[in-house]
Amino acid sequence: MDYGIAGTALATGLLFGFVLEQAGFGSPCKLTAQFRLTDWSVFKVMFTAIIVAAIGILLLQVNNTFGSQGFYVAETYLWGTVTGGMLIGAGFAIGGYCPGTSVVGLGSGRVDGLVFMLGMVIGIGTFASVYDTSLIQSLVTGARVSARTVPELLGVSPWLIVAAMILTAIAGFALGRVLERRSHGVYSAEDITEGRDVERFDAPGHDLGRDLGREAATARRQDAP
Amino acid sequence: MLFFQEVFQGMSCQVRPLWPPFIAGIVLGLVLLLTFILVGNGMGSSGAFARVATEVGLQVAPEATRENAYLGGMAQGNPLAAWIVLAAVGTFIGAILASISSGRFKVKVDRGSGRIGVGTRLALALGGGLLAGFGSRLAAGCTSGVGLSNTAMLGVAGFVFLIAFFVVGLLVSLFMRRVW
Repeated sequence: MDYGIAGTALATGLLFGFVLEQAGFGSPCKLTAQFRLTDWSVFKVMFTAIIVAAIGILLLQVNNTFGSQGFYVAETYLWGTVTGGMLIGAGFAIGGYCPGTSVVGLGSGRVDGLVFMLGMVIGIGTFASVYDTSLIQSLVTGARVSARTVPELLGVSPWLIVAAMILTAIAGFALGRVLERRSHGVYSAEDITEGRDVERFDAPGHDLGRDLGREAATARRQDAP
Repeated sequence: MLFFQEVFQGMSCQVRPLWPPFIAGIVLGLVLLLTFILVGNGMGSSGAFARVATEVGLQVAPEATRENAYLGGMAQGNPLAAWIVLAAVGTFIGAILASISSGRFKVKVDRGSGRIGVGTRLALALGGGLLAGFGSRLAAGCTSGVGLSNTAMLGVAGFVFLIAFFVVGLLVSLFMRRVW
C-alpha cells in the first residue's frame, strides 16, 4: 500500500469519526435512545447521510465519471445479511454501540467502547472457529439475491428509490419530532458528557417532573465552576 | 486552518452543543461520498476488527489461524497496511479531535442512566460486542459498511440489513430499558 492510499484511509476515517462524534454518536445512551424511540438522531443522521451520498453517487454515474460500471456493489446473501443485521441490532441494544460507534465512544474517553471492541474481536474469533460448519456456510452462501441493487431488483429507476427514501425520511423526521416531544427530548452535549439521566422523568404524565429535572440540570450547569 | 483554530478554542473546557442531526447527516453523507470518490468504495468499520482478530490469532495460535478457512486469507501482511485498519485508526483520531475540541472528552465507563454498576456495564459491552462481531461477519459488514455504504449505492443488502438491524434493536431494547 502506498502512502497515498494510507493517507486517504486515515483522512476519510478521521472525517468519519469527527462527524460521528459531533452528532453525539460516541454516547451509547444517545445511540440506544433511538431504539427506545425517545431520541431520533440515529435515524435522522443515517437517513440524511444515505440520501446525500446516494444522490451524489447517482449524479457521478450520470456524468459517467466511473464508466458504466459504477461502484462495486457486493452481492447479497439474504440469510447472512438478515442474521448478521439481527445480531448487530441485538449487540447494539445490549452493548450500546455498533462497531464504528464503539471506536467513536473510545475516542471520546469511554472505556466501555474499548470493551465492546474487545468483545467484537472475541465474536469474530468465535465466528472463524465455526465458519466451516454447515449452518454458517448455508447462511453466508445461501439465498443469493439475483440483483445487486434495489432498482435492478424491482426494474425501476434509481431516482424512484431515492424519491421513496426522501419520503420515508420526511415521515421519519415528522414522527421523530412528535415522539421526541412526548419524551424527555434529545440528549444534549451536556447530558452525554456528564452522563445525566434525562429519562428518569419520562413516564407519561410526568411533565412536571421532567421540567423540574431540566431546571435542576440547568442549575447544576450554572453552578459548575 | 479553521479546523485547528476550532480545536484550540475548544481546549477551554466548555461543553459545546452537538451538531443538529440534519446538518450532521448532510456532512456525513458528503464524507461518505468523498470516500467513494477517493477510495472507490464506502466506509467500513468491522473489517478492521477482523484484521485485529486475525493478528491476535496469529499471536495465540499461529498454525490454527493460518489454517482457518476464514482468518487464513487475512493472515498475510502487516495489518496496519490494510486500508480498513487505517480507516478505523482515523475514525479514532477524528473522534478524539472532535470530543476534545468541543469539551466532550471525558474518561469514564458510560453506564447510561446509572442504574447498573461498572462491572455489569462492562459485561454488557463485552456481550454486545461479541454479538456484533459475530454478526458483522455473517453480514460481511456492519452499520457503516452495509447499512450506510451499501445502502448509499441502493444495494439490496443495505436495505435488508437496516430493516433487520432496526427491528431486532427495537425488540431487544424493550428488555434493555432498565439499563439504558
